[in-house]
Amino acid sequence: MATILVVSEIRNGQLKKVNFEAYSAARQLADQLNGDVATVLIGSSVSGLSDIPGKYGVNKVLQVEDASLEKFSPDAYAAVAAEAARHLNADFVFMPATAMGKDLLPRVATLLNASTAQDVIHMRVEDSGVVYTRPMFAGKILADVKLTSTPQTATLRPKAFAIQENPVTAATEALSVSVPQAKAVVEEVTTSGGGKLDVTEADVVVSGGRGMKGPENWHLLEELAELLGGATGASRAVVDAGWRPHGEQVGQTGKTVSPTLYIAVGISGAIQHLAGMLSSKYIVAINKDPDAPIFKVADYGIVGDAMEVLPRLIEEIKKLKAES
Amino acid sequence: MNIAVCMKQTPDTEAQIKIADDGTHIQTDGIKWIINPYDEFAIEEALRITEKHGGEVTLISLGPASVEKTIREGLAMGAHKAIRIDAPESPADPQVVGAALAEVLKEGNYDLILFGKQAIDDDQSQVPSIVATLLDLPAVAVVVKLDIEDGKATALREIEGGHEKVTFSLPAVVSAQRGLNEPRYRSLKGIMAAKKKPIEVKQINLKENQLSVEKLSYPPEKKPGRIVGEGPDAVPELVRLLHEEAKVI
Repeated sequence: MATILVVSEIRNGQLKKVNFEAYSAARQLADQLNGDVATVLIGSSVSGLSDIPGKYGVNKVLQVEDASLEKFSPDAYAAVAAEAARHLNADFVFMPATAMGKDLLPRVATLLNASTAQDVIHMRVEDSGVVYTRPMFAGKILADVKLTSTPQTATLRPKAFAIQENPVTAATEALSVSVPQAKAVVEEVTTSGGGKLDVTEADVVVSGGRGMKGPENWHLLEELAELLGGATGASRAVVDAGWRPHGEQVGQTGKTVSPTLYIAVGISGAIQHLAGMLSSKYIVAINKDPDAPIFKVADYGIVGDAMEVLPRLIEEIKKLKAES
Repeated sequence: MNIAVCMKQTPDTEAQIKIADDGTHIQTDGIKWIINPYDEFAIEEALRITEKHGGEVTLISLGPASVEKTIREGLAMGAHKAIRIDAPESPADPQVVGAALAEVLKEGNYDLILFGKQAIDDDQSQVPSIVATLLDLPAVAVVVKLDIEDGKATALREIEGGHEKVTFSLPAVVSAQRGLNEPRYRSLKGIMAAKKKPIEVKQINLKENQLSVEKLSYPPEKKPGRIVGEGPDAVPELVRLLHEEAKVI
């Protein structure tokens, strides 16, 4: 019987939504392999979160609590997660492919003499084992890879796996692990713009490019994003010009997003930008130039001046919301 | 300060990537090879640090002899010397790369080991974390600012929705994110000087791959969409389609 361990990501004492995606993906794989899903919660006070994973089919919740684990430290967390994997004799160890996960899981794998499939978007079971699909070359190529290590480890791309509720009663177990001293200490965490939703986490992304004419117009995108419950993104051109922070940049040298709806405003659609958003479920483009490459990938497009179209779009969506 | 920068030769970002007949590699004919763009930030940072604090920058790269052309470009930026770890091709398993680099890095007694945050070909973003674990060194990934003073370092790293400020002591491993600096252009003088700088070749027993590529494929083609109309008057129809057809608002 296979055991799949999901290392949960806890930020500000909360279990982020990406964890539910990972639990669901693990549950689906476990069902195909006749296995169990476990998770390890690492922090200074995690027991309050223990009844959440069971909702997504997690059979066992390991809790590792220690004051020194309050802040994320890759080396300390890696040692703890590796110990949890050993304790469970885990066959698979998964984590969401967030900034934390992509740094942490390869370390865990190193400690376990294992290897990692990073940023996986799909998993399937074949006779010879699990095949992981992951993007390469900024998404221009998909690679099917296999792992021969035990455990097999993989980080799962946010929003690539659907959240599925599958309630079971999870057994909880407190695990005591000797925590090594953290080598790099996180002194403080700053959020850009008061806890704004990150582009990689949003279901809707409203992104602006040079066609927005200037940073002073961004309030239009922010208003639209807020109406739709989403986040704002930016093209490389406007980040380079200093209009928007790098954390909002979508593209090959920025972030990769796959929201349900991506609205590209005043963005021409250079290959490097597309690399960051092509896997969005629906793409809307607003651009003055009918030949802009973005229209080739957009599901719906409007040829027009962003400054004229945006206010109308905001107005029409407000109307729609008022009616429903 | 003794600084090592681990760099990789990758295809240019504009390169048309085509799958080779064997289905597990890309076609390499006609590809323009460059220093992995994220590694350029690492090389630039190393040069700035040695310009400020004194010391030497050593480039380390894994691959066949053909990668030396790209290593020379790093030397042309100003790095002092280089080591090429001989390998028939770039291993698919980052653990293999990490183990080989760690073995060579151990011998060098470096104060700082810099990487780019990921290679733009396989996009793995694993090797810096692996090397840090193998060498038991503090490591900070995805760094946009780095300050070093008297064996202590402060880095600003990018996370979802913000930044983390991290402090650590040297020796340490750092991976560079875009925004850390603006890499310098290679001057003619630098290119000429690079020809005389040493590239030492090391033979290492490479670890066994535990990750293998079974098959490469192209992502599914996106179905063509449509232009709904022109100007603000097209908006009501767009909103209707998003609401009734796509059902996303």
